[in-house]
Amino acid sequence: MLIGVPRESTPGRQMVAATPKSVGVLIGLGHRVRVQRQAGTVAGFPDADYAAAGAELSEREQVFACELVTMIGPPTADEIGLLRPGALLAAQLAPARSPELLAALARANVTALAVDAVPRISRAQSLDVLSSMANLAGYRAVIEAAHAYGGLFSGQVTAAGKSQPARVFVVGAGVAGLAAVGAANSLGARVLAFDVRPEVAEQVESMGAEFVRLDLGDAQQTRADGYASELSGGAEALAAKMYDEQARAADVVITTALIPGRPAPRLITDATVAVMRPGSVLVDLAAANGGNVAGTVPGERVVTDNGVTILGYTDLADRLPTQASQLFGTNMVNLVKLLDRDNPATPQRDNPATPPRDNPATPQRDNPATPERDNPATPGTATVEAGARTAAPAVDLDDEVLRGMTVAHQGRVLWPPPPIAVSAAVPAAAAVPDPAALAEKPDAATLPGGLRRRTVILGLLAVLFALGATFSPPAFLGHLTVFALAVVVGFYVITNVTHALHTPLMSVTNAISGIIAVGALLQVGSSNTAIMLISLAGLVVASINIFGGFAVTDRMLGMFRRD
Amino acid sequence: MTLNATVQVAYILAALLFIAALAGLSRHETAKRGNRFGIAGMTIAVVATAVVAVRDSSRGALLTLLLIAVAMAIGASIGIWRARKVQMTGMPELIAMLHSFVGLAAVLVGFNTYLEHEPLSGGELRIHLVEIVLGVFVGAVTLTGSIIAWGKLSARISSAPLMLPHRHLLNLLVLIVTLALTIWFAVSPSLVLLLIVAVIALAFGLHLVASIGGGDMPVVISMLNSYSGWAAAFAGFMLGNDLLIVTGALVGSSGAFLSYLMCKGMNRSFFSVIAGGFGAGSTTGAGSGNSTEYGEHREITADQTAELLRQATSVVITPGYGMAVAQAQHPVADLAARLRANGTQVRFGIHPVAGRLPGHMNVLLAEARVPYDIVLEMDEINGDLAGTDVVLVIGANDTVNPAALDEPGSPIAGMPVLHVWDARDVVVFKRSMATGYAGVQNPLFFKDNSQMLFGDAKDRVEDILRAL
Repeated sequence: MLIGVPRESTPGRQMVAATPKSVGVLIGLGHRVRVQRQAGTVAGFPDADYAAAGAELSEREQVFACELVTMIGPPTADEIGLLRPGALLAAQLAPARSPELLAALARANVTALAVDAVPRISRAQSLDVLSSMANLAGYRAVIEAAHAYGGLFSGQVTAAGKSQPARVFVVGAGVAGLAAVGAANSLGARVLAFDVRPEVAEQVESMGAEFVRLDLGDAQQTRADGYASELSGGAEALAAKMYDEQARAADVVITTALIPGRPAPRLITDATVAVMRPGSVLVDLAAANGGNVAGTVPGERVVTDNGVTILGYTDLADRLPTQASQLFGTNMVNLVKLLDRDNPATPQRDNPATPPRDNPATPQRDNPATPERDNPATPGTATVEAGARTAAPAVDLDDEVLRGMTVAHQGRVLWPPPPIAVSAAVPAAAAVPDPAALAEKPDAATLPGGLRRRTVILGLLAVLFALGATFSPPAFLGHLTVFALAVVVGFYVITNVTHALHTPLMSVTNAISGIIAVGALLQVGSSNTAIMLISLAGLVVASINIFGGFAVTDRMLGMFRRD
Repeated sequence: MTLNATVQVAYILAALLFIAALAGLSRHETAKRGNRFGIAGMTIAVVATAVVAVRDSSRGALLTLLLIAVAMAIGASIGIWRARKVQMTGMPELIAMLHSFVGLAAVLVGFNTYLEHEPLSGGELRIHLVEIVLGVFVGAVTLTGSIIAWGKLSARISSAPLMLPHRHLLNLLVLIVTLALTIWFAVSPSLVLLLIVAVIALAFGLHLVASIGGGDMPVVISMLNSYSGWAAAFAGFMLGNDLLIVTGALVGSSGAFLSYLMCKGMNRSFFSVIAGGFGAGSTTGAGSGNSTEYGEHREITADQTAELLRQATSVVITPGYGMAVAQAQHPVADLAARLRANGTQVRFGIHPVAGRLPGHMNVLLAEARVPYDIVLEMDEINGDLAGTDVVLVIGANDTVNPAALDEPGSPIAGMPVLHVWDARDVVVFKRSMATGYAGVQNPLFFKDNSQMLFGDAKDRVEDILRAL
């Protein structure tokens, strides 16, 4: 596959969709990579490094004529015009917010992959751009906040008196939120964090923050597709009160709450901002989606009348262009691997046999001024793609990851994709999601769906038991009590057993279950000879158990020794 | 105090001692004491019961006592003889066999109770009859299940899972039929019905374990252990004997919990293990094991391995069932001792389901006098493997398979494994390039830092010892 990496045309954009390192990997996989001149200069990757990694340096038109074009932001109308029909485009397209863009891509007959719409399943994590960018954004949000905030983050005790550490409140413990928690914590701030999903408390605490708990009852906050959902009515009022209290107390508030397919929830109101301390800072990572904070202006720094700074930067990851590009580039490599796997027919190796075929319609022809000296084959360059067009890569729409990303294909808009469960095998147990990005560890116990079913089953059993018990003779009930208690004791008594002792434990329980000998003993005295003989036989085998079990346990335990 | 009250006190004491025994067995420091508690509890229980038996006997007291003594002496001599003689590698078989005895005893007690039950009527009679059926059923399942497990473990029958068509349906059918028969028996009891239930249960136990593959035996053994407990508990219900109920329930629930721990170690649901059939279709099913081309493996000689070990400062040994088969635990222990004498840090990493019995590897290493404080569990060692110079994989395969983490389509995907590939060098002792129990190819063998040492594990380890 011929892969094109253009220089980003969005003003101020610093990232690039491939780095010399990722280009090297792509070439190692048997692809050709064409990089626009100066594409990575701002991000810290000079052209020479790309050339050294094996990329062909070319001009804009040639880059956009590739079979697969990877770029950071959405393409401009002009750039869409440069794409060949049938080509693949991988970029952040924000499909939910940009229907016109999708329509334009469909009209251009381009297969567009929205790398910011990767389904939230484990297999797709390696190409999830949202995840990798959110991590950087969370870190950068703290750095920006520290810059805008007038004070120290860490508390200090000096001869000239002591200062309190800054109080940072992070809303939403997704990838971005957790990264922000970690960064703020390592700067020495006192960090508090909140998320509507109580099960992420452990992750928050592991990053060094205090988790703000909200008693929501059993309101469900987790959806099957791995994202958070909005709070319900009563819980919302409780949460609003908490947001207000925490924001007032904080020096820095970082909000990262996003709900897919909807505007970001408004968490911090005008009234709250109006009473916050002068000099405090709000960073709104949801600014692009409407903002969690009242008064956010996307992309801008706003200072309110009472001296509160609201940062609505939407390019936080882009402010760390070198690392962001490297992560994005790696995501693209993984995307290419996925495309390759699903298309065994895709030419894996270079395709020198493609006959150069003249194609007067190719746009490159219109640009005779293109400097071509770096590429001796350039007269044919424009036509190589034309020849390769026959082998244009197909996207396997049966693959749920690719289907989820594909927003335009063969002239049609394919957004939104059909819903998929986070895990096909165990949908109910599958997800701790998060507002910004990341598939988490499954935890069935926290899912109210499963809980409800379990409650129903337990309830039914309890009713059955009550009915049965009511009609049982008292002697039986006495035995049942003993039985139930013993079951629980048996369970607890071995919960902490050392793994190394499993075998001796088993042989001892085995010996103990020889207690059945008691049953046999009680029957030995029967007047019926048959019964006596049977019980004697039972006694013999049970005794084998008792003596054999204890003896062998003793022998084994004798062998365990400490150094 | 009447004799009955004394017996009750003795029973309470015995029950407490059994709980103390199980609790004691959770830690090395208290394990021996735990075993002694168990013996004490059992002695008290048996003596107290024997006194009652002799008192209530319809024959002469002396004769009854003699009968009991003879029966127990026979059992004791067989039991102690087996326990003394058994090889540590044969421990799984012995334990499986012992389980079958409990099952058999429970069946016998069940029949006896039916043949001679106290005059009851109405609800009490119905409940009593249901208890008998349940006791016989669980006992019989334990009996045949354990015999099959014993046969599989001692390689007397093939350890491949038996795959009858519609086996889940078959199992379900058996349970439904048993339920129907139980109700019938409760309404109109007859010996024939009880015999039919027993026969069905025997067949059910047979099929249940036959359809589970050899590699799942750790779970099966602890599950049978649990069944034998339940069988004793039901016998207790039949006889109205609280000691039997308590002890049976203790063993039953602790065995069930142990099985659950095992299943967690393999990342499999308890039900999928019990229902059986794992390992058969998987080679063709997911395909990722065999269809993927991993490249070439590299071989190493014993001398080269010795050289590698001589230069290493930290070594981790991860044994598997292959070490038990080759009886290689003694040479392995010698190797560990030799390396330790040279100042090399040697530790053992044990996967929760290594071997054919929970904790099997620990018992073998203990037999070979490896100190237990250098024998670590998977979770304890995994973090340290990256800083380890050499890992020796001795007869383990699936438990060190990186495919469990890397290949979502693999049949063992998601199973926790030892991350041996993080070490600088990995030497894999193996007979051939055959796949492990799960039938999955192991990409570990083809990693750049791993080398294969083919042959019998015992011989190869001895070769290394000579070279050192």
